[in-house]
Amino acid sequence: MSEQREQRVLDALEENRRRPPKFTAPRIDMSHGAGGKATHKLIEGLLLPTLSNPALAPLTDAALIPFGDNNLALTTDSYVVRPLVFPGGSIGELAVNGTVNDLAVSGATPVGLSAALIIEEGLETEVLAHEVEAMAAAAGHAGVSIVTGDTKVVERGKGDGLYVVTTGAGVADPELSLSSASVRPGDKILCSGTLGDHGAAILIARGDLELEAEVLSDTRSLIPLVQALKETAGSGLRFMRDPTRGGVGTVLNELARDSGFGVVLWEERLPIRDVVHGACEILGIDPLYVANEGKLLAVVAPEVADGALEALRRVEGGEEAEIIGEVREEPARMVLMHTGFGGTRMIDMLVGDPLPRIC
Amino acid sequence: MKYVDEFRNADIARAVAAEIASITDSGRHYKIMEVCGGHTHTIYRHGIKDLLPDQVELVHGPGCPVCVLPMGRVDEGIGIAERPEVIFTCFGDMMRVPGSRGNLLEVKAEGADIRMVYSPLDALRIARENPDREVVFYAIGFETTAPSTALTLQRAKKEGIENFSVFCNHVTIVPPVRALLDSPDLRLDAFIGPGHVSTVVGCRPYEFMSEDYDKPCVVAGFEPLDLLQSILMLMRQLDEGRCEVENQYSRIVPWEGNLQALKSMAEVFELRPYFEWRGLGFIAQSALKLSPAYADFDAELRYSTPGVRVADPKACQCGEVLKGVLKPPECKVFGTACTPERPLGALMVSSEGACAAYYNFGRKSFEKVEIGSK
Repeated sequence: MSEQREQRVLDALEENRRRPPKFTAPRIDMSHGAGGKATHKLIEGLLLPTLSNPALAPLTDAALIPFGDNNLALTTDSYVVRPLVFPGGSIGELAVNGTVNDLAVSGATPVGLSAALIIEEGLETEVLAHEVEAMAAAAGHAGVSIVTGDTKVVERGKGDGLYVVTTGAGVADPELSLSSASVRPGDKILCSGTLGDHGAAILIARGDLELEAEVLSDTRSLIPLVQALKETAGSGLRFMRDPTRGGVGTVLNELARDSGFGVVLWEERLPIRDVVHGACEILGIDPLYVANEGKLLAVVAPEVADGALEALRRVEGGEEAEIIGEVREEPARMVLMHTGFGGTRMIDMLVGDPLPRIC
Repeated sequence: MKYVDEFRNADIARAVAAEIASITDSGRHYKIMEVCGGHTHTIYRHGIKDLLPDQVELVHGPGCPVCVLPMGRVDEGIGIAERPEVIFTCFGDMMRVPGSRGNLLEVKAEGADIRMVYSPLDALRIARENPDREVVFYAIGFETTAPSTALTLQRAKKEGIENFSVFCNHVTIVPPVRALLDSPDLRLDAFIGPGHVSTVVGCRPYEFMSEDYDKPCVVAGFEPLDLLQSILMLMRQLDEGRCEVENQYSRIVPWEGNLQALKSMAEVFELRPYFEWRGLGFIAQSALKLSPAYADFDAELRYSTPGVRVADPKACQCGEVLKGVLKPPECKVFGTACTPERPLGALMVSSEGACAAYYNFGRKSFEKVEIGSK
């Protein structure tokens, strides 16, 4: 086949990819909630065109709204985890940390949170009280208060005990310009610690797999880590994200796509606990797509990278930080990993849920 | 991680790669097919093609059991799953395989009771716990998973569990390989034999490849060093002009296979006269159905599945891509009627299928990548 014809096919694919996605599924299925390609389609194909506005358009972790001389940062998230209490944390703590972290990685200082509790009929009061206490403790730790809220009770069978929705408001740091547009080839990619701990802890805690392993969720506030980065990297801090659902693999694909540059990773630099590695190996899932709830992914200028790494490692929760990769001109809009085995592998965005393989 | 990391050692990999390079004839092009989908996964995941000389090309074979299921069989499974009395159980990666009007994930969203299991024994447990419901297990896979289905059915029969049945889609590995070997335009030099299938069937079933078709075959394990070593073993055979079946995975695979598993399979299953493969058409004696002794557990009989055939569009050229005759973008429906979202052919279903990989990563899915410094 001629080179030209192959190029024509590739160009047509590329043009297709650049077109805004259409949402064609007749119903919502579980893959639309997994944080990968189907979730993107739902957001960009159905929600974004209808709600379109400049603050929403960049689809960052928190929206920045001009307010007086400052930018107000606003974010919201809903928590539907089962079981409610898992090794290393619980839904209340997760709901506060998650929203605080969305503000923190947007370069904002939280000023207040709201919390809505959707409670299933029959939930034991003791369980609810434990979660409210966990929320208060996490908020106190992050130096922010839950200043407003709402409660609703739904009939038995209409909820998994408790759903929590939190919204956070913060003031954005005017010194920072965090965006995929600030990223340049040569920039380094930092990860604040081990990958996949939260997702692995939840999978194991559900008990369906009959795996016995000690894995704790990593849920924590990222404020101290972000603070350390701001202080050492200054204007060399280009981009930060909180790699939750969809994992590091999905966030880096978004970065590659939005910046137009390539992302290159080194597998041997990826911090992964042995036990998480082992559980993922048995289940046939990839730690790159497993959720984190207390990890920071940051892109910094090369000249400040080593200092930023040292600073992260001095903060509690950042001891195992690594420079896991860098931004390159090529392969444009793709993520490539150098494997520990000596080869390379293209890292795609997560498609659907990370389902176990049979073969 | 012990017993895994040892098989991923980059220093040993470099040494094996250097040995492969040293016996590669620079004027020759080698096409080696890995038959098994698990091997394809390892090759992608560890980037094995980057360690091979330019002259050595790996061709991904037909051995992904979910990818080769034809749309008609997916549709029939969905038909059973939609019955109100049924709890439908299947492996996770079956959930996304497209039929002619959607996949199991979408049918679940419409209200069908579909549950993901890790073993057919879990499906049997669900049947015990729900005596007022009908539990159906969607059995898929090569000889790797067939023994666990056989064992589950033996147990169901012994315990007299009547609300359990199996929709059997087990396939066998040798017939599609023979079909490939029989095609006149085949351009393959050697085969990497499937490891897990061989733990059950042994190495003897592949002897026809070397004896009748003059193609070397090495049964390989699933860690990256296993694959690299088996490629070296194949290259040595080609270099020395030998043509044999060899067993690289001898730490797991007995030459004669697992006789107990084969005995269970022989009791529970019998060969179908023919079975359809997505993109490859009908292949004689290439799949299993339940034997008459287990007819009471056969979901095809219990629900009188109509045996509908959803025709592959004429333009689908999976067979040609598999045989190494065409590259993915040369197929007439590539990227238009056949996409990862709406796959027609087997090679577009899994993200590791040759066509899906080309769709997502373009030439980079074939090219070697210059690594550069850290």
